[in-house]
Amino acid sequence: MTALVRHRLFWPAAVLLLLLAANVAFTPGFLSIEMKDGHLYGSLIDIFRFGAPLILVAIGMTLVIATGGIDLSVGSVVAISGALACLHISGLPDQNDVGGVLTAVGLALGLALVLGAWNGFLVAGIGIQPIIATLIIMVAGRGLAQLITDGQIVTVNSASYKLIGGGYWLTLPFSILIVLAVLALTAFLTRRLALGMLVESIGGNATASRLAGIRSRGLTVAVYAFCALCAGIAGLMISSNVSSADGNNAGLWIELDAILAVVIGGTSLMGGRFSLGGTVLGALVIQTLTTTIYSIGIPPETTLLFKALVVTVVCLVQSPAFREKVFQRRGRRRPAAPQATDDEKVEVPA
Amino acid sequence: MIVFKRMSALLLAGVTIMAAAGCGSGGDTTASAGGADDGKITMGFAQVGAESGWRTANTKSIQESAKAAGIELKFSDAQQKQENQIKAIRSYIQQKVDVIAFSPVVESGWDNVLKEAQTAKIPVILTDRAVDSADTSLYKTFLGSDFVEEGRKAGKWLVEEYKDSTDTVNIVELQGTTGSAPANDRKAGFAEVIGAESKFKVIASQTGDFTRAKGKEVMEAFLKSNPDIDVLYAHNDDMGLGAIEAIEGAGKVPGKDIKIITVDAVKDGMQALADGKINFIVECSPILGPQLMDLAKKVVAGEQVPARVLTEETTFTPEQAKAALPTRPY
Repeated sequence: MTALVRHRLFWPAAVLLLLLAANVAFTPGFLSIEMKDGHLYGSLIDIFRFGAPLILVAIGMTLVIATGGIDLSVGSVVAISGALACLHISGLPDQNDVGGVLTAVGLALGLALVLGAWNGFLVAGIGIQPIIATLIIMVAGRGLAQLITDGQIVTVNSASYKLIGGGYWLTLPFSILIVLAVLALTAFLTRRLALGMLVESIGGNATASRLAGIRSRGLTVAVYAFCALCAGIAGLMISSNVSSADGNNAGLWIELDAILAVVIGGTSLMGGRFSLGGTVLGALVIQTLTTTIYSIGIPPETTLLFKALVVTVVCLVQSPAFREKVFQRRGRRRPAAPQATDDEKVEVPA
Repeated sequence: MIVFKRMSALLLAGVTIMAAAGCGSGGDTTASAGGADDGKITMGFAQVGAESGWRTANTKSIQESAKAAGIELKFSDAQQKQENQIKAIRSYIQQKVDVIAFSPVVESGWDNVLKEAQTAKIPVILTDRAVDSADTSLYKTFLGSDFVEEGRKAGKWLVEEYKDSTDTVNIVELQGTTGSAPANDRKAGFAEVIGAESKFKVIASQTGDFTRAKGKEVMEAFLKSNPDIDVLYAHNDDMGLGAIEAIEGAGKVPGKDIKIITVDAVKDGMQALADGKINFIVECSPILGPQLMDLAKKVVAGEQVPARVLTEETTFTPEQAKAALPTRPY
């Protein structure tokens, strides 16, 4: 039992269960999942479906944060990728043409990679602080998205594009399958191969890792490019889900939610260690919180306050120092590394 | 020290150039103002930004009707920032334009710059959004939509639609951005009209931030927590369009199983209305240009204008939408 409570992910998981329980109390059929039109249908599926873009962005963000950096530009990359894909599809003679849709997806993800590599170049090549380097595309990127869409909402009518964010495959939402694939690939690359350790070593001490023979520059660029790629896929999902690209609002503030998800999951903002499972759990906590607000009918004026309170509680119970003070526990303290993070995350509520 | 000297020299040079430019354009406008008899009016317009399709249509309408009315337009885009708008208005005052028009980004903080315009004897017209200055003499008139009236129009259609029914009508509402004037007023106007009859019940009301993605997400949650929804009232077309997808995903027919009322009448919304997926749209027109130019001419000529001018707006049923769609400019 103590081992369970001591587990790194115990508290975020407990909060997630608590939120779900609150939903069941207010909406009796909350956990029921039924088949409708040949696919699964229910609130739990919704949480995964609407949480999918956030989980993706947060996975990319996790690796960037593990290198000791941060990527503020993901929201703009979301907007740009959706805008470019929708613009290309809207110009196709047949919008359902699979080849054309794939070209659009390729273009959008290609541009996302370029933007990510640019971020990486500014950080690792020139040595600009990550928060400043990525701020450039955060601000300019939204302008770029508006330039692409000409300030309008681009609407597409393509069944093939719709699949990415709003479609189903084998009764499951396609977006969830994409997330699972990206998650599995990332977990394999970072946890089965040495890549994860190399990334953590950059976050621990970039100079030392370089002296130890790790190509930290190239790796940093790759990590930022991967983060932008995740954001690009998330952008495709968001725009495909509503069959339209909104350069102004797509992915607005998603960078803050993603950072929050990473931090709830127990990854240190100082870099040097990360937890993919924790990040996914963190993103699910955020999305469940949003769904809870809708289903139990919290008035919009107090929504932000409610969110901030829940996030603060999550952060406090996660902090070993806080728990020790409040519960007067005298057990062995956990390693000190995560403590700094846990205190910082209180600052982030978005 | 040397660097500092160089920089101040550069700055000086810059100021001189700007002053010269200011003189040039100042002289220009005085000339045109002096020739006011031949009807050439110069207008300085400070736009909010280009944040939505609605706004782009608004900008286009103003630029086109200025050309048509023979008014010289100086246009600036504030990118949603008040300080940019204040800067733009100050530069219009320096350039001695004949009339200044602007859509204030926020409601407060305009008194100083409006007083400067008053001192320079340049009339000011507000468009689309109001300011909260206590001194209403600071501007000549306010041209824009009445958001409360839009809410009332939506409510009236609903009352009419259900006039023969005595059953409870369960309504869900998708609000605009929390705290924004259109969201507050459209909610208030709607509630005022349907509040007269107890059969109308708003069972859930939540913000969808005026976007399709949020509209869809919130509607999905509504559909699960409230099995029996009769009517959806969305504060703009985009949220309604997102909600339509959610309703279709739940295996219901938008427009039939759940009746939908929205506000705005942008192209995609009108298309959905024509397709029968939306039942009623209250127009909120961005085409302020022609009315603005008329007002500008009157104000410059010294004629009295009403302190509040409403935009000419209508409402649309599916049949009217079908008829209007081919010639719709936005």
